[in-house]
Amino acid sequence: MLSVPVIGVLALQGGVREHLDALAKSGAESRSVKTLEQLVGVDALVIPGGESSTIEKLARNSEMLEPLREAIKGHMPIFGSCAGMILLADRVVGAIEGQESIGGLDITVERNAFGRQMQSFESGIAIAGIRDPQRDFDGVFIRAPWVLEAGTGCEVIARITSGPHEGRIVGVRNDTILATSFHPELTADYRVHEMFVDMVRKL
Amino acid sequence: MANEVSTGTGRVKRGMAEMLKGGVIMDVVNVEQAKIAEDAGAVAVMALERVPADIRAEGGVSRMSDPDMIDKIIAAVSIPVMAKARIGHFAEAQVLESLGVDYIDESEVLTPADYSNHIDKWKFTVPFVCGATNLGEALRRLTEGAAMIRSKGEAGTGDVSNAVTHMRKIRSEVLRLSSMSTDEVYVAAKELQAPYDLVAEVARTGTLPTVLFTAGGIATPADAAMMMQLGADGVFVGSGIFKSGNPAERANAVVQATTHFDNPDVVAKVSRGLGEAMVGINVADIPVHHRLEDRGW
Repeated sequence: MLSVPVIGVLALQGGVREHLDALAKSGAESRSVKTLEQLVGVDALVIPGGESSTIEKLARNSEMLEPLREAIKGHMPIFGSCAGMILLADRVVGAIEGQESIGGLDITVERNAFGRQMQSFESGIAIAGIRDPQRDFDGVFIRAPWVLEAGTGCEVIARITSGPHEGRIVGVRNDTILATSFHPELTADYRVHEMFVDMVRKL
Repeated sequence: MANEVSTGTGRVKRGMAEMLKGGVIMDVVNVEQAKIAEDAGAVAVMALERVPADIRAEGGVSRMSDPDMIDKIIAAVSIPVMAKARIGHFAEAQVLESLGVDYIDESEVLTPADYSNHIDKWKFTVPFVCGATNLGEALRRLTEGAAMIRSKGEAGTGDVSNAVTHMRKIRSEVLRLSSMSTDEVYVAAKELQAPYDLVAEVARTGTLPTVLFTAGGIATPADAAMMMQLGADGVFVGSGIFKSGNPAERANAVVQATTHFDNPDVVAKVSRGLGEAMVGINVADIPVHHRLEDRGW
């Protein structure tokens, strides 16, 4: 039982600062992880939003893909938002040639599924398992992916509830991995980060 | 339960720029270059007909790119595609929005269309990035609805000195504001020629409310690393990549150096064997009336 877990944010590219802030406000100690040495010192990791093809390439060049896969196999808790969700998916639709996934989560993700920036949107969504779940969460979707299919080991915690994409899966978790299509780190609502910190504490 | 779906919100526009942080946005003029940029790990490409070095060499009026060319690049890559509109040319911006580009750069690299007014960017769903040489200019662009700021530097030169000047200037002005007592902020707003509310917000938070990238003259991995150490959130590279001897290698090297800007060993390693850098022009050798940094106000 870790009362104040140390949670790293993979700091190769993307919305790193926002996750560091949100984690610090959710009861964790947060730090940037850019190298293998820094990965060793953390209890859990967040893979932020950004460009999944860029983050993957940088992780590969830093020889971090395999260690990340090992960490996930060793049950290190991981939370990925947007690009992070893509990197954690076992199967990716719409990846660029040669783009690998870190994997670990039994889902099929479609990249940029909601469309281009013109289609990026905000919408209230219900998320299962967060504190005060009857209160909607402000979902910020930016060129966001969706989950085409979630395996039996995955719990679906959020779906789009209205509009043309009603019913699409946008949040999933299992015991150690949490993934969202949207960016909770871009809001001042920390309930998703709190849920992740709880997951880390329980291990 | 039905929920409202809102596009083009401030959070979605600024958030898009937040997701580009730590990344490199590369100027490309065709599909082949766009694919090289994507493969090298660029976070976005800027589709334009001529890179700034050629605009500078060839002269003439420089305008928005051909829609066919932008379409082809959008179809060829999965990363975001940006495109440039002339300063004040809201109809070019409308065309770019209709093409579905992900970000519009209202850019001094093109010939300005309006020497008094910039585009009213609040009217658009697509977000805008604008250049700035100082904090007042950055805040005026935000007032008009820009969701991302970049330093202007001096595009098409391969001379990083103006990008350095602008980045240092903006950062030092932010620092100065944040150390002021509240009664001094009113005069600061007057001096910066920017709205008081925005100036007060910067004074209170000690940071710009949007992402601040660097642009204009970045040609080498070390240039990118220096700009990141000076506080840039990310890097635009224009002519520096595809006007060099080995674009694919250089693109990859600039991406690595931007991420590992604080690790000289990595910057040294990726700087090896890149071949010729772009042939540069010293900013000091360019007649003042040919400098792009003075376009926009």
